[in-house]
Amino acid sequence: MNERRIKVLLGKPGLDGHDQGAKVVARAMMDAGFEVIYTGLRQTPEQIARIALEEDVDVISLSSMAGSHIPFCRKLKPLLEANGLTDKLWVIGGNLPAQDHDALRELGFKGIFPSGSKLDAITEFIRKEVK
Amino acid sequence: MNAPQKPAMKKVINESGIEVKPLYTAADVEASGGMEMVGDPGAYPFTRGIHREMYRKQPWTMRQYAGFGNPADTNQRFNYLIANGQTGLNVAFDLPTQIGLDSDDPLAEGEIGRVGMSIDTLRDFEIAFDGIDLKKITVSLTINGAAAILIAMYLAMAEKRGYDVKELRGTAQNDILKEFIGRGTWIFPVEPSIRLVGDTIEYCAKEAPKYTPVSVCGYHIRESGATPAQEIAYAFCIAKAYADDAIRRGLPVDEFAGRLSYNFNIFGNIFEQVCKFRAGRGLWAKIMKEQYGAEKPGSMWLRMIAAGGGGGLTFEQPEVNIVRGAYYALISALSGTQTMALCSYDEAYTIPTEYSARLSLRTMQLLIEEMGLTETVDPLAGSFYVETMTNEMRKKMEEIMDEVDAQGGIVKMVAEGTIQAKVSAQAYGMQRKIESGEFPKVGVNCYKNEQEEDHPVEFHPYNEDDARVQIESLQRIRAERDNAAVAAALTRLRKDAAAGTNVMPALVEAVKAYASVGEMTKELVSVFGRYQEPIRF
Repeated sequence: MNERRIKVLLGKPGLDGHDQGAKVVARAMMDAGFEVIYTGLRQTPEQIARIALEEDVDVISLSSMAGSHIPFCRKLKPLLEANGLTDKLWVIGGNLPAQDHDALRELGFKGIFPSGSKLDAITEFIRKEVK
Repeated sequence: MNAPQKPAMKKVINESGIEVKPLYTAADVEASGGMEMVGDPGAYPFTRGIHREMYRKQPWTMRQYAGFGNPADTNQRFNYLIANGQTGLNVAFDLPTQIGLDSDDPLAEGEIGRVGMSIDTLRDFEIAFDGIDLKKITVSLTINGAAAILIAMYLAMAEKRGYDVKELRGTAQNDILKEFIGRGTWIFPVEPSIRLVGDTIEYCAKEAPKYTPVSVCGYHIRESGATPAQEIAYAFCIAKAYADDAIRRGLPVDEFAGRLSYNFNIFGNIFEQVCKFRAGRGLWAKIMKEQYGAEKPGSMWLRMIAAGGGGGLTFEQPEVNIVRGAYYALISALSGTQTMALCSYDEAYTIPTEYSARLSLRTMQLLIEEMGLTETVDPLAGSFYVETMTNEMRKKMEEIMDEVDAQGGIVKMVAEGTIQAKVSAQAYGMQRKIESGEFPKVGVNCYKNEQEEDHPVEFHPYNEDDARVQIESLQRIRAERDNAAVAAALTRLRKDAAAGTNVMPALVEAVKAYASVGEMTKELVSVFGRYQEPIRF
């Protein structure tokens, strides 16, 4: 089997410092056999877009816990588009109230995993969506 | 209703790694070290409590974490909580303030006033605490990276309102080492960050001797994946790092140790938690007496806030969190805490509403008024189980502290990211155990509802307009203040930082001239640089 390993960017957008969840998900992704590029804290939209492009990832995933996911993703979307990253899988997880899910979907996030989501649900979704 | 399988005599190991027996007798107490460390409340080694009468004299302080929007919004919430019987304030700052950015910094966009209140200058503190009697209501500032600046601002605000700073009580969290492990509001590299904590300890020991400049947090290390025993052990290692810095400056231990305090977490097994605190009190007293030569009893006291932790609460069936919170409050009371706070039932989702914050307050007030928790000191003492487990928890904590020393000390481990990697691996292990059902969590992996309710909590609204108001206010202050005085104070700050002089006098001068949090932070960054996070998980 010579299937390419799925490569995932896992970013911590904005100023939020709560990274326990992001690190747990990163470990789950590695256990699932993915290659994970974890950005560390305080990434700007520009940094996320640049790393995604440079690392040629299949998946751009964000972990947001402090409520600024909508304004951040509004800034990120045009940058990902400008860098030709619309064919990548965009995923977001964290403290994401249900009433924001439609807006996130409209912004291009296909996978939305609010806190409480199962680790295997996240990795299975990615495996299914990345072809 | 799928109850978790629990064979009657399966071996039980608590989260800290200690086996829990089905029965304890006097022989277990003896075998674990006897009653030597128990003593009396108010006397060394303080296992039973730091005061003889404890809550008979005064119940614990109630201090819900609160703050959002601009200072005027927060002042309103403060007054609401005080009107409902809260006896202290625990101030939440927004992320730009916590990491030293002004509201008009491009990086602050979308984050102003979101998870706490926004503070740029002394004017904001004047508004936030307007009308609040700072002698009656003690204020705790949950601030770390920018703590030296915000402490200076608080002292300046109190002085301006006519309080004698020498008599002023209050607390700053100001525990930067734990921010590198969890929570993440660091600014400067590790070494200058510790120096800044030392500057605040030294300054307060001389100028504000009743103010508590540091509250060392096991809380967030626990939230990041540490066991209860590690929570206390790592916090003690961190407190020792700050104490060592103070001693290197020539401060006698009895001049500052009495003003150190702690912030700990409560969730999980009731007895493990209560014994954790009893064990911790004895161990801290022993460390201060034997390792630091402290002589004043106050220097040996483990003063703490023991707070019901978010890590125990669930998104699923959030109303069950009300009950969890009540048990956490009970644990906190049985543990002999000085201050209590509870994450509210909706806090896994949002900033608590007035309704849920009041419910948390009522939960604590029930224990005081109806349940008899304030009548007798350390009521669980003498239980074979509790005394044995207290001894075993203390031994476990000592082992963990020895391991840290053997690996080069907490400062080195934090700088290299080894503690972060360890607790993160544990958090992953725990999450897997919860998802597999091995570690039962009601509503999550057992007793699940057929269908979760659609709108389980009311969301705290984020007011987009607050940011505009805050930025306009900052710009007005910049235009109106004496900018020559600001420039002179900032120059002094940079020089003092570079010379290794205590920066607190320069910060107080700058704050009084209405320099902004971002301006002062920039000066310090120009000398100290910024922290580069080791990416380890």
